[in-house]
Amino acid sequence: MERNLMKGNEALAEAAIRAGCKGFFGYPITPQTEISAYMAKRMPKVGGVFLQAESEIAAINMVYGCASSGVRCMTSSSSPGISLKSEGVSYMAGSDLPCVIVNVMRGGPGLGGIQPSQSDYWQATRALGHGDFQILVFAPSSVQEMADYMGKAFDLSDKYRMPAMILADGLLGQMMEPVTFGSEEIHTPDPALKPWATNGHGNKRKHNIVNSLYLQAEELENLVVERFKRYEIVKSEVHEAECYRTDDAEIVVAAYGSVARLAKAAVDLAREAGIKAGLVRPITLWPFPVQEVKDACRNAKRVLCVEMSMGQMIEDVKLALDCRVPVDFYGRTGGVIPKPSAILEQIKILNEKGAE
Amino acid sequence: MPEFRKPHSLTDVPFHYCPGCTHGIVHRLVAEVIDEMGIEGDTIGVCPVGCSVMAYDYFACDMIEAAHGRAPAVATGVKRGNPDKFVFTYQGDGDLAAIGTAETVHAATRGENITVIFINNTTYGMTGGQMAPTTLPGQVTQTTPYGRNPDVEGFPVRVCEMLSTLSGVALAERVTVTDPANIRKAKAAIRKGFEFQKNKQGFSIIEVLSTCPTNWGMSPVEAINWLKENMIPYYPLGVFKEGAIR
Repeated sequence: MERNLMKGNEALAEAAIRAGCKGFFGYPITPQTEISAYMAKRMPKVGGVFLQAESEIAAINMVYGCASSGVRCMTSSSSPGISLKSEGVSYMAGSDLPCVIVNVMRGGPGLGGIQPSQSDYWQATRALGHGDFQILVFAPSSVQEMADYMGKAFDLSDKYRMPAMILADGLLGQMMEPVTFGSEEIHTPDPALKPWATNGHGNKRKHNIVNSLYLQAEELENLVVERFKRYEIVKSEVHEAECYRTDDAEIVVAAYGSVARLAKAAVDLAREAGIKAGLVRPITLWPFPVQEVKDACRNAKRVLCVEMSMGQMIEDVKLALDCRVPVDFYGRTGGVIPKPSAILEQIKILNEKGAE
Repeated sequence: MPEFRKPHSLTDVPFHYCPGCTHGIVHRLVAEVIDEMGIEGDTIGVCPVGCSVMAYDYFACDMIEAAHGRAPAVATGVKRGNPDKFVFTYQGDGDLAAIGTAETVHAATRGENITVIFINNTTYGMTGGQMAPTTLPGQVTQTTPYGRNPDVEGFPVRVCEMLSTLSGVALAERVTVTDPANIRKAKAAIRKGFEFQKNKQGFSIIEVLSTCPTNWGMSPVEAINWLKENMIPYYPLGVFKEGAIR
């Protein structure tokens, strides 16, 4: 298998093409613009569509239209642009449409900054738009995982008929690492697997309707309840986390994405200093890997959640642990990246505190 | 003597429109064109938010319900993924010329091969008759109770004239459906729009001056007369641009 030196953003884009993505609709924003640039070059060569929209709002609605017709398609943006897309994401969730949305997070709120951040965790896992709904959220932590989870996001999005998000950050998007792609072939999804698609009934079936409007309250309630039953199936089938040196760990660090790599270095430094430290790294953020986090923390006296935000995933960590283990927080925000030495410092403090 | 039938491209679901509303006529014209071109199985329609929000139940081709104003972007996504299919949007004035102005203008300037049916009745019908971007100066609405004052609320938008300056537009034509002669002209314009699309010759928009007796507070006949006396002088009928862009 050929190894390529690529930026995270480029690896994502190439993986999407190999996963059979045939429509990319985007709008320029730092730090994800390499995805658009890569797609603009590659898409015409593989018979796909690259279109630069007039706005993020138009881009997600182009995805809505393209996905309605049964074509694998995606959009990508960074934090402020994702806020603009949230209307369209809600409509896609309400119409049971698959698609992939990439958020290469930067500092916020508002225009914020252009340095890496993880401050859109709540937006991704709680409220990417109005109404009762969830989307699948994957958090890669290397350029290789940027590629690996793209194909998976498309497959699971199609399987469960719901939008999926790759939640990365500026660090992962911009850094270069070697990456291999699972297949040289471009996957061609079978259109027959989407009998609901509005791609012309050809006088062979009743007309299909893609819609999220239901004026009868009971009808809408029933549809939402049915969708939430599907979410329960998703929760039972999709949950991934990496556990590192957690078997005997008394101090467990919980971190995702690029920060998890810094936390891993801190765990190694702590072990060298004689502290039984470990790392649990959620890879699926929705559904949250509750059991994996519980298992990783079975011997923990204290848990340290480390994020590039003011503390957002920490709520899910606490919920997973039913508050049976004290969970502390260390984070930097606004685009500041925490140093392993600073994380180590926090581990040492918690180790001294022990299970008070 | 030919029998008067419902076009095949309309379902059996009864329209919910108010008495005297011209949506029903325009729905029928679009469906007749689809029938005559034999393209029902290859057509995807995109509905707006507004009175025609439930048009997905009325047209028998595949239908998509778009968010408010986003229909041209949704249609772009469908068309780019399926360049050989026919895609039309059906939008009102608030949807197309207020909240969806950017989507309209950019789909037009890209020369998207789609057909836009634009219902201009100078009001937001579904929400109860508020000022629209096309509300005439002096016109009383729920949100202009003293009449639209251009010093405060600005001027109405002439959509066809505005879009006719764009290179991507193959057809920008304004019609009305006040009487049989105009209904025939309206149908011919819609057919032209679909023909441009068939030949991949660019964006087409057919603006239909329409009535809203309920929110205008008039009888259907009074509404037709009001349209003729007040709307046509501000929104002249005719072709503003016609010709293949490619």
